[in-house]
Amino acid sequence: MKTAGKRSDGKGWKKVLIHIGLSGIVLTTVLPFIWMVLASFKPMSEIENLNPVPSRWHPENYPAVFEQIRFARYYVNSFFVACWVTFLQLMTSAMAAYSFSRIEWRGRDAVFKLYLATMMIPGVVTMIPNYALMVKMGLLDSYAGLIIPAAFSAFGTFLLRQFMLGIPTALDEAAKIDGASHWQIFWNVCMPMARPGLITLGVFTFLYNYQSFFWPLIMIKSDHLRTLPVGMLYFDGAYGKQTNVLMAASLMCIAPLIILFVAAQKFIVKGIQMGGVKG
Amino acid sequence: MKNSRRKHRDIWAGLAFIAPNFLGFMLFLLVPVIFSLVMSFSNWNLMKEVSFQWVGFRNFFDLFHDREFWLYSINTVYLMLGIPVCIALSLFLANLLSKQLRGIVVYRTLFYLPTFTAGVALFVLWKSLYNPEYGPINAAIRWLLERAGTAHVELPSWLSSAKNLLGLHPEQIMIGVREFFGLGAREAIIIMGIWVAAGGTNMLLYIAAISNIPPDLYEAAEIDGAGSWAQFRHITWPQLAPTTFFIVIMGFIGGLQGGFEQARVLTAGGPAGTTTTLSYYIYIKAFEEFQMGYASAIAWVLFAVIFAITLVNWTFGSRKIN
Repeated sequence: MKTAGKRSDGKGWKKVLIHIGLSGIVLTTVLPFIWMVLASFKPMSEIENLNPVPSRWHPENYPAVFEQIRFARYYVNSFFVACWVTFLQLMTSAMAAYSFSRIEWRGRDAVFKLYLATMMIPGVVTMIPNYALMVKMGLLDSYAGLIIPAAFSAFGTFLLRQFMLGIPTALDEAAKIDGASHWQIFWNVCMPMARPGLITLGVFTFLYNYQSFFWPLIMIKSDHLRTLPVGMLYFDGAYGKQTNVLMAASLMCIAPLIILFVAAQKFIVKGIQMGGVKG
Repeated sequence: MKNSRRKHRDIWAGLAFIAPNFLGFMLFLLVPVIFSLVMSFSNWNLMKEVSFQWVGFRNFFDLFHDREFWLYSINTVYLMLGIPVCIALSLFLANLLSKQLRGIVVYRTLFYLPTFTAGVALFVLWKSLYNPEYGPINAAIRWLLERAGTAHVELPSWLSSAKNLLGLHPEQIMIGVREFFGLGAREAIIIMGIWVAAGGTNMLLYIAAISNIPPDLYEAAEIDGAGSWAQFRHITWPQLAPTTFFIVIMGFIGGLQGGFEQARVLTAGGPAGTTTTLSYYIYIKAFEEFQMGYASAIAWVLFAVIFAITLVNWTFGSRKIN
C-alpha cells in the first residue's frame, strides 16, 4: 500500500467521487445486516409489513429464540467443538511444522511433498470413508466424532511451516548449545516467535469450525449435540414463518464472529495475503 | 562423533514431533482417499440388505448414463457463472482501495464482513430477503418499477422459481426454451454469492498484489500522459496476471465442489432440482440413500476434474510467474 501511495491520485473532486462510489458499495454490503437487525425487533404482526423499521420495538424475540429451540445448548456445543478443534489443530500443526522446518531427518522432504499433494483433495472424497470410519469407531453422534477428524490439518501444517522458516535459527542454535531439548526449543523459542502465525491459523480454524455445516449435519442425530449451523437449519425448517425470531437467532450466531473479526483484523488480512487462506 | 549422535537423536525427535499430525493425516486423509477410490469400484452400501460386491467400472458407466448427474453438472457450472463477475468486482474494489484515501481500512473491513460471517445464519437471512411477497428485494424492485411506470411486470419469485437467465428447461436442458427465461433460484444463489465474496479474499489478494507493483511504472506512464484507464489496461492488469490466474483457478476448484451449503439452506436443492450441485448429489447418494460406492465414484470424477485444473495451474501458472 505504501508504494501505491506514491502515485498521485488526481484532483480532489476525483477523490470525492471515489468516496461516493465506495460508500454506495458499502451500503449494499451493509444493508442486509441492517435489515436483519431491524427485522429481529419486529413484533409478529409486522413481519409481512414492507416497512423494514418496526413501529414498536419488540426485544422479546431474543428470549423467544431460547424458548423455542435449545439455542444456548447449540451455542455451547459450537464453541466447545470449535475451541477444541482449534487447540488440537494448532498443537498438531505446530509440532509437525517444527519437525518440517527445524529438524533434519531422512525422508522429511518426501513426507512434506505428500502433505502438499493432498491439499487439493476435495473434502467430499474423504467425507464418505471418514463417515464410515466414525460409524465403525462408534463415534457417530458424539462430540469426539466432530472434534477428532478435524484436529489434523495438512493446510495448517503448511502455513505454520512457512511461518517458522521465516524465524531466524540463531536463537535455537544458542539454546541447542545450552543443551536445550527439542521440546524446550519448540515450546520456549519457536512457539513464542510464531505467535502471529498461530493467531492467524487459530482465527481461521475457529471460524471454519464454528461455521462447519456438512460434517455436523451427517454426524449428529441428537438434538442436544447439534451445533449452531445445524440447529439453524432445523429451526428455519420448523419455524420458517417467524422471520423476526429467526433473524434474532441469525444475528446471535454471527455476533461472536463480528467481535472476533474486529479484534483480529490485522492477523486476518495478513494471513490471507500471506498464503491464500481457504474460505 | 558427537555430530552423528546428534543426527541420530534428531531423527527420533523429528518423527516424534510429526507423529500426532501424521497419524491423523494417515487415518483421516491418506487412507480414506485410497479407500474411497477402491470403493468406487464396488456397490458398497451402508444399508444392511445390500450384499457387498465388486462391480468393476459399472458405477462410472452408470454415472455416464445418469441423467441426474448431467443435470447437476450443468447446475454446478451454471452457478459458477457468478465467479467472473465476482472477480471483476473484487479487482474493481481493490483498485479503488489502493488509492491513497482516508478511511481505507474502514471500507476494507466492511467489504470483508460478509465473507467472514458467511454460513447458515447468513443464508437464512438471504432466504428472508428473497421472500417474493414480504422480502425487501422484491419490495425494492416493485418500488422501482412503480417509479418507472411499469407496475405490471411480474416480479421474480426467486427461490421457488426454476426460471433462469439462459432459459434452460429444468428437465430437458434445451437452450432456447423461452418460457423459462427470467430470474429464479439459481440467479438468487449467484447474486448472494457475489454479495458474499466480492469484497472478500480475492479483493485482499488483489490489494496485496497491487501494492507490489513497482511505482515507477506508473510514474513513467504519467510522464507519457497515460490516463487512469490506460494505466490500468497497460500496467495494472498485466502486472496482476499471476494473481488473476491464481484466483480464477481457485474459483474453479471451489465452484466445482461448492453449492451444497447454500442450496441445502435456501432451496433444499429445488425447485425441480435446479440448484442441486454435484456436491449436493454426493450428499444425497451417500447420506440419504447410503449408496457409498456410487457416491465415491461421483466424488472421484469430481476429483479428476479438479486434478486436471490443478495440473493446468502447475504447468501454466509457473510459466507465467517466471
